[in-house]
Amino acid sequence: MTSFEGLLTRLRKVDSLYWQIGFVLVTILLPLPLGDYHRTVLWRTGIYAILGLSLNIIVGYSGLFQLGHAAFYALGAYTSALLNLHFGIPLLLTLPASVIVAAFFGYLVSRPILHLRGDYLCIVTIAFGEVVRLALVNNIFGLTGGANGLSGIDRPSLFGQALRAPIYHYYLMLIFLLITIVCVRRLENSRLGRAWMYVREDETAAEAMGIDTTRVKLLAFIIGSGWAGLAGSLYTGKLTVISPDLSKFLESVIMFCIVVLGGTGSIPGVFVGTLGMVTLPELSRSLRDWRDAWLGITMVVMMVARPEGLWPSRRVQLEIRGEREEALSST
Amino acid sequence: MQFTQQMINGITIGAFYSLVALGYTMVYGVLKLINFAHGDLFMWGAYLGLTGLNILLILLTQLSGWAILPVVVIVMITVALVGVLVERVAYRPLRTAGRLAPVISALGVAFILESLARNIYGASWKTYPNGLTPSGGFTLPGGGRVSTMQVVVVVVSFLLMGALYLFVQRTRIGTAMRAVSLNHDVSRLMGIDVNRIIAIVFLIGPGLGGVAGMIVALYYGSFDFTLGWVFGLKAFIAAILGGIGNIPGAMIGGMLLGIIEAQAAGNISPQWKDVIAYVILILILIFRPTGLLGERVAEKL
Repeated sequence: MTSFEGLLTRLRKVDSLYWQIGFVLVTILLPLPLGDYHRTVLWRTGIYAILGLSLNIIVGYSGLFQLGHAAFYALGAYTSALLNLHFGIPLLLTLPASVIVAAFFGYLVSRPILHLRGDYLCIVTIAFGEVVRLALVNNIFGLTGGANGLSGIDRPSLFGQALRAPIYHYYLMLIFLLITIVCVRRLENSRLGRAWMYVREDETAAEAMGIDTTRVKLLAFIIGSGWAGLAGSLYTGKLTVISPDLSKFLESVIMFCIVVLGGTGSIPGVFVGTLGMVTLPELSRSLRDWRDAWLGITMVVMMVARPEGLWPSRRVQLEIRGEREEALSST
Repeated sequence: MQFTQQMINGITIGAFYSLVALGYTMVYGVLKLINFAHGDLFMWGAYLGLTGLNILLILLTQLSGWAILPVVVIVMITVALVGVLVERVAYRPLRTAGRLAPVISALGVAFILESLARNIYGASWKTYPNGLTPSGGFTLPGGGRVSTMQVVVVVVSFLLMGALYLFVQRTRIGTAMRAVSLNHDVSRLMGIDVNRIIAIVFLIGPGLGGVAGMIVALYYGSFDFTLGWVFGLKAFIAAILGGIGNIPGAMIGGMLLGIIEAQAAGNISPQWKDVIAYVILILILIFRPTGLLGERVAEKL
């Protein structure tokens, strides 16, 4: 573990400008030599990275245990699909509506449950997620098409050109992914971001320091949920067919694992988590059959061996492994 | 007519919920942990029962209802041992790690158990051998039909719950359990081996859950690997409804949830009965997180 820790420290020391340029170059060039299948895998990785980053706001920064995040992803996807099917609005223009609807539901759902403590909050969010899924399955208001979902949605088009090939969708996703990373980084270091982390560390102390904890937590839910809605809209554009499976509990758990395994509150951690939870199972068939077990084993092993995640944010690592404080601060 | 019939069905399902809810509530009592894996241990009871009965069927070529008894005992012991193993591997190392880490670990165990069941037994519906359960029944004077199987199921469940209640209230180990659920450190000072008590809880809870799994499978005749999650979540709702950590609460909560669900299915819509159960959960957690019988004040931090 020490050599791993050393590697991590060295990685963290790489000047962040190099990181940024390297990341952008790699993500732009990576799909070019690949076939359509692998491009789609990359696209999925990106979508889950966006979802992970959005959930990271709720779980990672603010320490609120949201296990029903997939519901907002599904809400975003259904909003785009319904606006397109019923009003013929081009898909890219439905994107803001998806964000707003998901964010609004995020507000509605989280408002009454904010006062709940960790594991209770977990349960309520699971229940909300299931209610959304069942409502979609039961064809609520005759809108959602029941268990089969909706199909025949237009592809998004840019400059009058419908986006068909996976590579276009990849770059479309990439634009939003890069925007997401920039925004999340800015948020992390903003006044609001610091308030989130303060609430996570000690809610009472945060309140005593004059932070409006209710407002801060609500904002975490609203922003995180809205962002998941964006990912849902992108999903609709690529697949043109959506079903209530989007809001399955398994999806919520995958997103949750992405955040927790990579390292709560850490942006690189989200990418590490996505690689482990989404990309690897996509690439290996045997891992796909045993995907639930793989999820489960990683969850248990990580909790027992390395609860701060593979690439934790320094702050969380210090908090969990207090005795290493000196070693870390000397770097 | 409709009402009485749904009442009868509700009590039957409620008895199952109560049995499974006991497992959640006992573990929560001693560890303050939501043991997500409990639902899947319960499901493994159903699968192991199936394997046991099929082996007996091959050995004896013909089965009577009594064949269930030895199988139930074996299933109970096996599931109980798995429960203890789970506690050893996934929960004990996290005893001091705060509240979230064990919950995630428990979810992880649930996924492992479910995935194992799906990969070993396949994703299709499994059916128990025919002719094991009593057929027949009688009609109540007010209308509404009770099958013999329903009577058996409810009686067995009540006997198990009664035995557990007496065990917890009257025996030394039961007293020790109640002490541990109040405070680990003070219990240790009083000479209680806390780890042993927790291990016993993980024997009894999953053991009962395993039996419940087999009874449910016998009652419905068929099941698949989603049983653990669906039924487990309902039983958990029942435990919360009655007041988690509270054993009589789990029994009452289970009954209540079974009856509400059956009435909702019969009088409102069968499609929405699950939604109603979840909404009850949400409302209870928002307005009365201690449940109906819970005395403990909800901690805020």
